[in-house]
Amino acid sequence: MAAVTVPGSRRATGVGALARKEALWFYVLISPWIAGFILFSGGPTIASAYLSLTHNDPVNWPPTWVGLLNYDVMFRDRLFWKSLQVTTYYTVLSVPLSVGFATFLALVLNEKLPGMAAWRTIYYLPSIVTGVPVALMWNWIFQPQFGLVNGLLYDLGVPSSMLPKWLSDPQWAVPTFVIMSLWQFGGPMLIYLASIQGVPTQLYESAQLDGASKLRQIWHITLPSISPVIFFNGILAIISSFQVFTNAFVITQGGPNYATYFMVFMIYQNAFTYISNMGYADALAWVLFIIMLVFTAMAFRLQRHWVFYEAVVR
Amino acid sequence: MTVVVSSTEKRPVMPTARSLGQELPFFRRRNVREGIWIGSLTALVTFGSLLLLFPVYFMIVTSLKTQGASFLLPMKWFPGIQYVPQWENYGEALRFMKWQTAYTNTMVVAVLSMAGDVVSAVLVAYGFARFRAPGKNLLFGLVLSTLMVPQIVRLVPEYLGFSRLGMSNTFWPLILPAWFGSAYNIFLLRQFFTTIPIEMDQSAQIDGAGPMRVLWDVLLPQIRPALAVVLIGSFTYNWNDFFRPLIYINSPSLRTAALSLSSFQAVYGGTPFHLLMAASLVNIIPLVVLFFTLQRYFIQGIVVTGVKG
Repeated sequence: MAAVTVPGSRRATGVGALARKEALWFYVLISPWIAGFILFSGGPTIASAYLSLTHNDPVNWPPTWVGLLNYDVMFRDRLFWKSLQVTTYYTVLSVPLSVGFATFLALVLNEKLPGMAAWRTIYYLPSIVTGVPVALMWNWIFQPQFGLVNGLLYDLGVPSSMLPKWLSDPQWAVPTFVIMSLWQFGGPMLIYLASIQGVPTQLYESAQLDGASKLRQIWHITLPSISPVIFFNGILAIISSFQVFTNAFVITQGGPNYATYFMVFMIYQNAFTYISNMGYADALAWVLFIIMLVFTAMAFRLQRHWVFYEAVVR
Repeated sequence: MTVVVSSTEKRPVMPTARSLGQELPFFRRRNVREGIWIGSLTALVTFGSLLLLFPVYFMIVTSLKTQGASFLLPMKWFPGIQYVPQWENYGEALRFMKWQTAYTNTMVVAVLSMAGDVVSAVLVAYGFARFRAPGKNLLFGLVLSTLMVPQIVRLVPEYLGFSRLGMSNTFWPLILPAWFGSAYNIFLLRQFFTTIPIEMDQSAQIDGAGPMRVLWDVLLPQIRPALAVVLIGSFTYNWNDFFRPLIYINSPSLRTAALSLSSFQAVYGGTPFHLLMAASLVNIIPLVVLFFTLQRYFIQGIVVTGVKG
């Protein structure tokens, strides 16, 4: 394989040829993604954009063109606005909490404590137990009358009239979902742990020689150094919080009184249940996609104030 | 474990934090404060782990009860003392979910998908992190935006595509997409590549290394922790994925473990919680082992280079 920026060849071939070679390498390296984009993500997404302008379901095939009708219906659909409000509330509540929680735990678990391997495994454990069994288990734990959490609170002296009804109470349902989501911090925590390993040890050594305390080292060295990765996790937390589904599907079915009627659940209901209005579902999905894009764009705007990159080739 | 990686053989190896601590008495005087710090952190970590393990413990005690006893209140927390542990639940649960078929299928799908995820994401992330080309920023924006497309949007067109190709009810729809680079892993690895100083690439290039050599010899050793994350994350995702197998797999002989776990709900009427919990616990054992094996890559002291930060 030929070198890209060997100084000798720069003189021989000139900058233009070199840039072309570098660009060629770029496109060869990312070619799997380009193929995947056409086949598995971009292509299907564009197809669904077209379908959002049609009326279609498995029975009414091929789709009939209806223009912007689905969007018109959506903006006058009170359930859509309710769903949007519930989903945004969940995102605003869960993203800062989950990012902060995972960062904090990664910093703690990065210290050289006795039995490190065991601790890390225990803390990662919750995030590999997923899916339907866990959703059922949460439902059981938060059950208002005989659930474990309220049993514990009662034993601690909370009077039974004060006990939260958790998932049965429209006020408490979304916060309860946030608590359940905090249990799955393992993935982000792992990414932080990995990124902390990349912070050059000399930085800490010179800080120690200057007499900087442990907390100051974390604030001034560790956190700025891993800020690109905190940013990464923040973006992902936004994206995944907009797509919360399994718990709403298994536990609450969107209730009580639409308190957990999340967007993806609404899309699923419109696409795959008895209503089966896939065109409407596609329109909902596209609006959700655009809202997520707006949130992410805002995050990218803000990142230049606090994210520090060591080496970015633009 | 301290691994010292230098970008080229010619570069002098710098001392690590630990070897400095042994050499300089300055570091030893801090032992008392260090002791208090470690002690209080250990207390914190212990308390947190009890909270975390509580639901898992709940699964364990439930898995050892009879079906009738699993819902009885007040909860019985101590198998062997308060009730006789029903170890045969595990055998029954595994037989019920036809574990040989389920886990052979899951293994095939998870391992092949993981290989695809790692190889494709490394190559694409390397391209985005280190090469200049026209249209790159636009393409990276596209990568990020595909992260945001709800999976449910793409589902119907993708399903139609796989069906047309005669691939539904095979493993292809579960494995093939992994080989085309997931946006999540690309973004993750690209972020990690950008934390490595570009001078390291350049000095290897001066020594005559081509792009693939730079990737293999200089960059990959530095991002081992991130590779471990991708490996664990990909394997766990594919091991647990329920949605895609549910849509694509019909034949009982092709069922993955996640699908078989869901079968506990259907047949019995009332869900046999004790069996479901037993099977769920067995299901996470390989994931725990994998994590425990790979977690040593998260130990500090890997990256020590001659480049000034």
